[in-house]
Amino acid sequence: MGMTMTEKILARAAARRSVEPGEILEVAVDLVMTNDITAPLSIAEFKKLGLERVFDPQKVVFVPDHFVPAKDIKAAEQSKIMREFALAQGAIYFEIGRAGIEHVVLPENGLTLPGQVIIGADSHTCTYGAFNCFATGMGSTDIAAAMALGTTWVRVPPTIKFVYTGTLPPDVGGKDLILYTIGQIGVDGALYAVMEFTGEVIDKLPMDDRIAMANMAIEAGAKTGIFGFDEKTREWLARVTDKPYEPVDSDPDARYQQVIEFDVSNLRPLVALPHLPSNVYPADELEDMPIDQVVIGSCTNGRLSDLRIAAEILKGRQVHPRVRCIIVPGSQEVARQATREGLVDIFLEAGAVFSTSTCGPCLGGYMGVLAKGERCVSTTNRNFRGRMGHRESEVILAGPAVAAASAVLGRVASPAQLN
Amino acid sequence: MVIRGRVWKFGDNIDTDVIIPARYLVTIDPAELAQHVMEDIDPEFASKVQPGDIIVAGRNFGCGSSREHAPIAIKAAGVQAVVAESFARIFFRNAINIGLPVVEAPQAIAETETGDVIEIDTEAGTVLNTRTGKVYQSTQYDEFIQQIIRAGGLMQAVAERVKARQQAG
Repeated sequence: MGMTMTEKILARAAARRSVEPGEILEVAVDLVMTNDITAPLSIAEFKKLGLERVFDPQKVVFVPDHFVPAKDIKAAEQSKIMREFALAQGAIYFEIGRAGIEHVVLPENGLTLPGQVIIGADSHTCTYGAFNCFATGMGSTDIAAAMALGTTWVRVPPTIKFVYTGTLPPDVGGKDLILYTIGQIGVDGALYAVMEFTGEVIDKLPMDDRIAMANMAIEAGAKTGIFGFDEKTREWLARVTDKPYEPVDSDPDARYQQVIEFDVSNLRPLVALPHLPSNVYPADELEDMPIDQVVIGSCTNGRLSDLRIAAEILKGRQVHPRVRCIIVPGSQEVARQATREGLVDIFLEAGAVFSTSTCGPCLGGYMGVLAKGERCVSTTNRNFRGRMGHRESEVILAGPAVAAASAVLGRVASPAQLN
Repeated sequence: MVIRGRVWKFGDNIDTDVIIPARYLVTIDPAELAQHVMEDIDPEFASKVQPGDIIVAGRNFGCGSSREHAPIAIKAAGVQAVVAESFARIFFRNAINIGLPVVEAPQAIAETETGDVIEIDTEAGTVLNTRTGKVYQSTQYDEFIQQIIRAGGLMQAVAERVKARQQAG
């Protein structure tokens, strides 16, 4: 009987010839990651074991990104705990000004490779599935255990195969594809399962769009999302690493819990209205929704191609007088490239804020917290109640094209409505 | 283990942002987190909940972020257990790891109300509603998960392994 790419990765990591969904395995991990919110708990749990060293400092990564540059004294104290531990351990540590958002930074540094098992104390760790690896989010205690043992336990998940057919229309990208998918299956539509993304549309889809899709697999309840390995993956990785890796592909006779096919030829730019990512509508059907803020950035859509899309729309236009538009590059590298290409000038001339790299606004941390009754169109990944600030504020999820068009028109809008 | 307590009922898709909003994630102190538990879905919850109470909810409880602060806040508020139709997977793992009992009992949810007293029997795999007298089946844990629970949480189980490894040499 054949195996899916996920089953093959887990079998390899457990030194097994084959595995079946439902089995519990102990698997070796290639990378263990935490951030400034989750690391202090992991470190406290790790220290209880009385061990001096993590299992392998070159496989343990710490990224300050949620509340940094420190938003207040308490956040600074949390970051300090992480910084001191990371440096004492000789672990991989990405300081601000040289890094950025974890899920942008790790791939940029060639740390997320095909065939690997990666776990992180952040639910969007599933992002790395775009690179044909098994990557999943866990809590701080699971991460502490993995820092000690170099292994973790997983139940082999069933896989749901998604097949995207047709031709993607203009102004529609990876974010629209994943919002559409979550809209169809619901926020627990892939609970405990792996979402394997395939089909002719995926074959043509750029890496940044695949990354945005894998990133939001968790919003359908999935354990992770995963893509096959192809020339696009190989080219992307060749720019960032010369390390060897072993891609995996699903067997033709692999078993799937379900196969779901979507023809996306008629897809329009989408938004997810409050307060669930599954509450999806075409952006151009919502003409009466004035907004107060736009955020373009995050681990979902803070990459260079996202900023290019936003800049193309904002060039020669002005952010609506009533709207605050906050643009947050996903990493220092994205910021540098956006500066070189002149994108930052376009944003500043349009009347947008261009921030340093941070998760800040996405989770209502800082850099764009919403007041009572305010509404924000955001390229982030969650629109739960109170996510970006006051519990009576609203977040509307969208891709960068819809977000930029909305910033100009001061209401939820699709790019086509600008003309 | 038999857990008996008074019910607080919630709906579907209770996410970790409403369980413990990110603005409070600047501490890992359980008592401080407990002061804000469920704040963005019921601002009065932290002052109403009593030690020994039980949360009952619908589908996909604990969806969203991996923040372990969510089960920690619930446990530190004195909540003995969470019974739901289903759990988001990271929350489920986190709860088991820190020793907060989480029980899937899909049939029990619709007929259970805030203020009911329920009795969870984790060995028998049942949930009894003492108001109606009805008994519902709950999902049994795998042996592997039961080992973590018996050890008192994941780190206790890991500590035993680390100790064995050190003794072996």
